[in-house]
Amino acid sequence: MEIIKIERKVLAKNDAIASEIRGKFEENGVFAINMVSSPGSGKTSLVEKIIENFSGRVNISVIEGDVQTDLDAQRVSAYNVPVVQIITNGGCHLEANLVNDSLKNLDLVQTDLLIIENVGNLVCPAGYDLGEDMKVVVISVTEGDDKPLKYPKMFINSKVLVINKTDLLPYVNCKIEQLKQNALKINPALQVFEVSCTSGEGVGKFCDFLESSI
Amino acid sequence: MHELSLAQNIIETVKQNVTAGELGKVREVIVEVGAFSGVVADSLKFSFEAINAGTELKNAVMKIIDIPFCLRCIDCGNETSTEIPMLLCSICGSSNTQILSGDELRVKELKIEEE
Repeated sequence: MEIIKIERKVLAKNDAIASEIRGKFEENGVFAINMVSSPGSGKTSLVEKIIENFSGRVNISVIEGDVQTDLDAQRVSAYNVPVVQIITNGGCHLEANLVNDSLKNLDLVQTDLLIIENVGNLVCPAGYDLGEDMKVVVISVTEGDDKPLKYPKMFINSKVLVINKTDLLPYVNCKIEQLKQNALKINPALQVFEVSCTSGEGVGKFCDFLESSI
Repeated sequence: MHELSLAQNIIETVKQNVTAGELGKVREVIVEVGAFSGVVADSLKFSFEAINAGTELKNAVMKIIDIPFCLRCIDCGNETSTEIPMLLCSICGSSNTQILSGDELRVKELKIEEE
C-alpha cells in the first residue's frame, strides 16, 4: 500500500481561525478571556460581578455560549454592556469560527476586556483555542475538591483558577486546601483566586488581577 | 461528545490530501491520540465510520495510535508518565517541567491501495 504522510493536527483549521482572531484582538487592544467550567459553577454570576467592579473604568464586551436559550445574554445585557449570544444547538463547546462570526456584532475598538463565557462543560472546551489571552477555569466548592484530578486537561490549559461559592464552604464536603493542592499538582503555574459571587468576597482581588493583565 | 466534529475534520483532511480518483482507495487513516487529548478513541472511530457509510470512503478504516502522557523534569532530569497528567514532577516535586507527549490529536498518515 502507498503511504501518504500527513502529520496534520485535527484542529488545525480551528487553530488557524483562532490565530486570525488573536490578530484582531491585538490590533484593537482587546484583552480576551475564555471562561470555562462545568454547568452551574457561577460563570455568569462572575461575569456580572466583573462588570459591576469595572463599571466606568474598563469597557467590557461579552460573548455568551450556551446550548440553548439566550437567558445568559439577557442577564448580562441588563448591565448595559454589548453582549452577543451564541447558541450551539447541542454543541458542547464553542469553536473559533463561531466566535469569529460573532465578532462582527461587537465593536472591538471600544472593547478593553472581552469575556467569552463558554458552554458549561469541563471536557470539550479545553481543546479549542478561541484566540483568547487566557482560559479562566471556574470551579465552585459544591463540585468537590477532586474536580481538577478528574478533568486535568482543563486545568492544564488554563492560566487562572477561580474557586467560587466560598460562602458555602461551611455546608459542603469540600476542603478548599485540598482543592487547591489538587489543582496545583495538575498545573503548578495556575493563579488561584477564591471568590463568592453572592457575598462579593474576593471578587475585587480577581478584578485587580484582570485589570493588571489588560 | 465532540468526536463527530473531529471526525469531520479528519475526513476533510483526507479529502485534501488525495485526488478524487484515490478517495475510494483509501484503506487506512492513521490518527495519533494523546492520553489527555480529551478524545474517546472508540467514539472517534464510530463517528468516522458513521459519516463515511455509503460514501467513497466507506472502506477506509481508522487506526488509532495511543500516545502516552510523558513529562520531563528540567530539575531532576527524570521522564515520567502518570495516569493522571500532572505537570508537577512526581519524583522530586518540581514544577519546572515540560510536557513531552500526551496532548496529540493528529492525522499521521493515510494508506492507499495501489493499482
